[in-house]
Amino acid sequence: MAEVEKIILPGGIIDRPGSTLDYKTGTWRVKKPVVDLNKCTGCLLCWIYCPEPAIRKRDDGKIEFDYDYCKGCGICSVECPTKAIKMEEE
Amino acid sequence: MMSVSEIKSIKELYGLDLIAPGHRACAGCGALVGVRQILLASKRPLIVVNATSCLEVTSTPYPQTMWKVPWVHLLFENAAAAASGIEAALKVLSRKYGRQEHYIIAFGGDGGTFDIGIQALSGALERGHRFLYVCYDNEAYMNTGIQRSGATPLGAATTTSPVGARIVGKQQQKKDLMEIVVAHKIPYAATASPSHWKDLVNKVRKAQSYDGPSFIHLIATCTRGWYFDPSESIKVARLAVETRYWPLYEVENGRYRITNPVPNPKPLEEFLKVQRRLSHLLLPENADLLEKLKAYVNERWERLNKLSTCFA
Repeated sequence: MAEVEKIILPGGIIDRPGSTLDYKTGTWRVKKPVVDLNKCTGCLLCWIYCPEPAIRKRDDGKIEFDYDYCKGCGICSVECPTKAIKMEEE
Repeated sequence: MMSVSEIKSIKELYGLDLIAPGHRACAGCGALVGVRQILLASKRPLIVVNATSCLEVTSTPYPQTMWKVPWVHLLFENAAAAASGIEAALKVLSRKYGRQEHYIIAFGGDGGTFDIGIQALSGALERGHRFLYVCYDNEAYMNTGIQRSGATPLGAATTTSPVGARIVGKQQQKKDLMEIVVAHKIPYAATASPSHWKDLVNKVRKAQSYDGPSFIHLIATCTRGWYFDPSESIKVARLAVETRYWPLYEVENGRYRITNPVPNPKPLEEFLKVQRRLSHLLLPENADLLEKLKAYVNERWERLNKLSTCFA
């Protein structure tokens, strides 16, 4: 009994910040965003408009997607000023 | 007021995320974009208080949480009261153990702010607690299945104000929450849109520079309740600003200022036609409703324009 009490937290306390990382929302996706790195200027507008966030800056300043979490909403492809992001069928 | 350093580039914000992916918000959720931008800009250390809302439900699917900051959720109606209590507790701790520098942001949806939580909000604003209240406004009770709220605009179709033979959407105009908040004479109140991120993040910085309550009214486009393609979430928010449906302004110590003057507004129809909750207003038989909504939008803009010129 005492052991169980140690494991179960008192109601409603979550002690792991950012623990939704355990849940891969990428499985929700119907279409996936693909970036054309020749067109990407690294302006990061896609990043600021990403609800997840599922976009990262690469070392060269351009962007890459985190397909584990991207839900495929397509905001990035609509907002990209150089039209570098296309939505493709999975 | 302390000096406020203006955020000029996205690169200043990169890497400052306070939420983790994996939350259960719908694909293309406008509220999450806005909340994320607010947290990027926020001063730290930060404590977040959340009223019951879409944001609360999708951000903390127990036993997980997307928040990387201390976060508390109590009830629908008392986010502002809980934030007051936290601020008061920090004051006591400061007296006992030396200065506790914390910033507090309370998030509420439009139902939790316009309707259910307005009493707690009014009390907290009147008592002058130092915190920022953000109302993210998706213009209906989206979390429970798109019921009308005090924030729903005239003519909008919701499940409790449907479009049919007897009524055509909601029959009342949207409540002007900003005016209610401004009437409390708080130091800072502003409207914002995630589509205009620079405007939004700098309003957050400004709000947090005041030693008193501040308020931000954020438009939160809702792909499920407004019926548009998830990819157009930010586009719709931008259209709301460009058609003057969502004027971006701030009220700093009673002085009105339009922060995004829209010199050549697009016709309101462009905002309405992209969402199925409002596109029926464009039908010829609903012309009178459209006129009423247009008059509301125009009158509000004219009033804000006059107020901001008299303080210029």
